[in-house]
Amino acid sequence: MSERERDDHSGTETTGHEWDGIKELDTPLPRWWLWVWYGSMVWAAVYWVLMPAWPGITGYTKGLLGHSDRAQVARELDGLADLRRAGEGRLKTASLQQIEADPELQAYAMQVGQSVFGDNCATCHGAGGAGAKGYPSLRDDVWLWGGKLDAIAHTIRVGVRSGHAGALGEAVMPAFGRDQMLTGAQVADLTEYVMALSGRRADAAAVARARQTYADQCAACHGAGGGGDAARGVPDLTDAEWLYGSTRTDIHDQIWNGRNGVMPSWEVRFSPETIKALAVYVHANAGGEPEPVVSAPAPAAPAGEGADARAAGR
Amino acid sequence: MWKRHEKFERHSLWLVIGIIITVSIGGLVEIAPLFYLESTIERVKGVRPYTPLEQAGRDIYVREGCYVCHSQMVRPLRDEVERYGHYSLAAESMYDHPFQWGSKRTGPDLARVGGKYSDNWHVDHLKNPRAVVPESNMPPYAFLAKTELDYRAIDKHLKALKAVGVPYTQDQIDNARADLETQVDQFAGEKSGLKQRYGAKVAQRDFDGDPSKITEMDALVAYLQVLGTMVDFRTYKAEDPENLR
Repeated sequence: MSERERDDHSGTETTGHEWDGIKELDTPLPRWWLWVWYGSMVWAAVYWVLMPAWPGITGYTKGLLGHSDRAQVARELDGLADLRRAGEGRLKTASLQQIEADPELQAYAMQVGQSVFGDNCATCHGAGGAGAKGYPSLRDDVWLWGGKLDAIAHTIRVGVRSGHAGALGEAVMPAFGRDQMLTGAQVADLTEYVMALSGRRADAAAVARARQTYADQCAACHGAGGGGDAARGVPDLTDAEWLYGSTRTDIHDQIWNGRNGVMPSWEVRFSPETIKALAVYVHANAGGEPEPVVSAPAPAAPAGEGADARAAGR
Repeated sequence: MWKRHEKFERHSLWLVIGIIITVSIGGLVEIAPLFYLESTIERVKGVRPYTPLEQAGRDIYVREGCYVCHSQMVRPLRDEVERYGHYSLAAESMYDHPFQWGSKRTGPDLARVGGKYSDNWHVDHLKNPRAVVPESNMPPYAFLAKTELDYRAIDKHLKALKAVGVPYTQDQIDNARADLETQVDQFAGEKSGLKQRYGAKVAQRDFDGDPSKITEMDALVAYLQVLGTMVDFRTYKAEDPENLR
């Protein structure tokens, strides 16, 4: 049964196994394959010596090269911080107005701002900053929390109703309908009143009925004339910009449910330099309010802090 | 010597025994040390078991197969740390059963998504992803906002997790349902039992914008908003020699 013999047809030896007359060829492995296999065994042994490999009782073999994934990523991030040092150093020392006045520095800030905006801000404000229902447009001239450079940077830093100790958005819009502060009829009348405030056609009788309700419930924040209060982020009801939609149904829905926007605080995720760059990007690219002209800063000595940027994840 | 393998090939019992011995060597060398080596079971300040609401949200995450497209592991690679933040620590998923590590990223990694976007954004996005991200190819999950959360057995869920090593206390298990209801109540206050049991950092609010009922959306958003927020990386010393791997 275990007779090895040579197969006439292929010239290869058989294994000597035979089942019901069927024999099995013992074709040798190709030489090149065998050598690659032996080579990989040798490589494995070399790798065990050089790199962290074998677990033991109290630890693992560290390898002669002393490799650590975490140390390596730290080195790579340091390298990145070195590349950015000159630019970040200038962002650090210059004021926002100075950055904007210096074309070269502004171009740098815009590049940084664009890449950060794309991954973090565009999700809500849209890739071009045009916003969406419930998420403010950054391209128009209406700014709930101020459209000057410092105001934008401050908003990015602390956020709106974000849980940050200094967060914006103390004033909140109550859910007049849902929480039964007003009756359904009163909310319907108020909707007409708000339509009239923004100069659109409205039911005159309903507007007259809502006058007192508006004075009692809404005027404290939105103002007697509906002009809003820019210092507290209270929207103007007389313009054509509507965060939660401009139709009758949208306005009714907002009075009924009283949604309040939330923007996260980015202080922990971004370094101060990144926030500056982002503010410049939003201000320049998306229609910020004009700033007084200032002189460009003198080039500052490189003084970037890689570790800070890394801790902030950027 | 080279002929000995015939013994295994001709007797299935020897073959089975041989396979068992060979495979167990692999397991003993590669898997068993992970259970006792200090470097693989590091403890990091801040990591706590999920609250009942977060755990219910996690169950929905797994039920809906979010893991098919989203991983929860920021790898120690420059580009990932640049985009998502500090690389993930093993300790951050020590109470995950099952963990959500991976590198399959049809959608972005979610290990550090907590606090990155507002609750309202998560609700809008889950209802209709393209309403906020036009180029998204994520399916809509609008039904989550309408489906009331079934948490009748949440205490038993916690008990089961305790059996596999999550250190829930008896107090936490007994109060699981109450804690779940407390977490969606924004008026529960700083002294609520939930905060006493799970820490002051726990977020208590109505997550889905509909305070009239506790929905699956509440649970899922609560879970998403806690991801990657437990460890304070301003105090974690990544460069310490004992933290280097």
